[in-house]
Amino acid sequence: MTARVIVAGLALAVMGGIAFGAPSIMSDYFMRIILIIALNSIFVLSLSLSNGFTGVFSLGHVGFIGAGAYISGILSLTVQQKQSLLPHLPDLLNWFSLPFLPATLVAGLFTALLAVIVGYPLMRLSGYFVSVATMGFLIIVNVVLINASNFTRGARTFTGVPLDTTLPWVFGWLAVTVFVLWRLVYSPFGRRMKAVRDDTVAASAVGIDVLKTRLLAFVIGAFFAGVGGSLYAHYLGSFSPVTFYFAMTMNLIAMLVLGGMGSLSGAIIGVICVSILSELLRSVERGFTIGDITVPALYGASQIVLGFIFILIMIFRPKGIMGEREFTLGFSGSSAKSNLKQGKVK
Amino acid sequence: MSDPSKALFSVQNLEVRFGAVRALKGISLHVNKGEVVALLGANGAGKSTTLRSISGLSRPSSGDIFFAGQSISRVSSSQIVRLGIAHSPEGRRLFGSLTVAENLRLGSCTRTDKAGIIADTERMFALFPILRERHFQLAGTLSGGEQQQLALARALMAAPKLLLLDEPSLGVAPLLIKYIFAALTELKRQGMTMLLVEQNIKLALQLADRAYVLRTGAVALSGSSEELLSDDRVAQAYLGAA
Repeated sequence: MTARVIVAGLALAVMGGIAFGAPSIMSDYFMRIILIIALNSIFVLSLSLSNGFTGVFSLGHVGFIGAGAYISGILSLTVQQKQSLLPHLPDLLNWFSLPFLPATLVAGLFTALLAVIVGYPLMRLSGYFVSVATMGFLIIVNVVLINASNFTRGARTFTGVPLDTTLPWVFGWLAVTVFVLWRLVYSPFGRRMKAVRDDTVAASAVGIDVLKTRLLAFVIGAFFAGVGGSLYAHYLGSFSPVTFYFAMTMNLIAMLVLGGMGSLSGAIIGVICVSILSELLRSVERGFTIGDITVPALYGASQIVLGFIFILIMIFRPKGIMGEREFTLGFSGSSAKSNLKQGKVK
Repeated sequence: MSDPSKALFSVQNLEVRFGAVRALKGISLHVNKGEVVALLGANGAGKSTTLRSISGLSRPSSGDIFFAGQSISRVSSSQIVRLGIAHSPEGRRLFGSLTVAENLRLGSCTRTDKAGIIADTERMFALFPILRERHFQLAGTLSGGEQQQLALARALMAAPKLLLLDEPSLGVAPLLIKYIFAALTELKRQGMTMLLVEQNIKLALQLADRAYVLRTGAVALSGSSEELLSDDRVAQAYLGAA
């Protein structure tokens, strides 16, 4: 327990230091990369709950992120902006404008509710079937965003969202996400999630309600996806339905699988590795000069190298960089062990 | 002989269909409190299907299942565990990425009496000492015999009034089969009621008080273990002879 508090305290101190101290010493470029890493960490962590820990491999997660982004965007536009950009918005929504935090919370709660409705029929499915079905959900969200033009401006860019997302905000939400998911995954409920992932028949045989367990994991993941979507909307300022589609889905899944599907720290490490690698490769592909040697620009090469690195990691570490272990700075993270020593039952 | 109406548990005219296939064609059986009853029969006779419909993993298309005077054929599988029926499924089906300790804890996930859970964990370690040694090992890395012991212990952690056992000898080394059946005999002595599916007729009949022989989804034969041990028709049911 104390070990975990120390690790958490260290992590918070580092994050606080970066959030408030870094702007004075780091370039905008680095700040942007750190912010995107933190934001993607929220996305991938929320994805890991269903895909990694519960064994429900959802391809619809970005649907929740997109829904969260648009809802928060609509709620945050000023009344004047709504009149000019969304003139056909229903009266219910056009007379007010929410600040950043409430808009984010409403976005999260709405996507959680959406997940209850979508998940209730879909969480009965397993394996490939649930993947394809959740992909269907993503497609539906995309089509709705394009066609509900009274709310979303359709395929045109949704713009004017205030740029409220700063590093302290993202780190704050990331800390909340990690805290909630950590408590959840390493609790009796988390144990039931992993049991459902390992064997649904055995899980039913010991008395676990498989549907309820999957649904809860899916809904909590969707809440944080909605929150992350809101943060992303307030970071970008302008976006369109195609921002939240297959490209983003594949990106998040690659990060999750590379980091390790059954590990929260693995999710974050996956995000960091992929983000830093693609940034490094992107700067290299512009061409550079070392002494007399000039490497010409090879545009597109970064994607090829990144693809090769994905292949190599999957061949040599098929369970991802972390697998199912957690990064604990050398402190023993096994809660089962310490509970047994103290004669506790969780 | 025993009286079905006073039984702890009974199945009446149970029929299970998988699409066009009738896996069970109306079987009836009962188990009295403290009794060990074996279900025998060749592959595909419907033994596992019977157990699966009792624990709510498959739904009967007709017929009824009674436990402690209550019909349970429409009750959810998690509620059935709470009522006191634990199922140790065929092929062990452990949670392979979780530790032995976590598997045992999941076996008791329907219970809230912490003191009782701790006491029962200790009882499992007394019954299967290897589990204490392997406490923090991942269940997927245990040997076949160790896995079977864990599967039994996990089912017992639910503190069941009726234990459903599906092929406890499957994929287990001969020496460990003996050991596992000794543990089952000890459970019987302690008064555990069991319904046992087993391919090894001799072992099953040595442990059981009574047995039913299933053939293609129907009860072909039933009686006390002594009678059946000397009955040629039991062997014929396995060989498929008329």
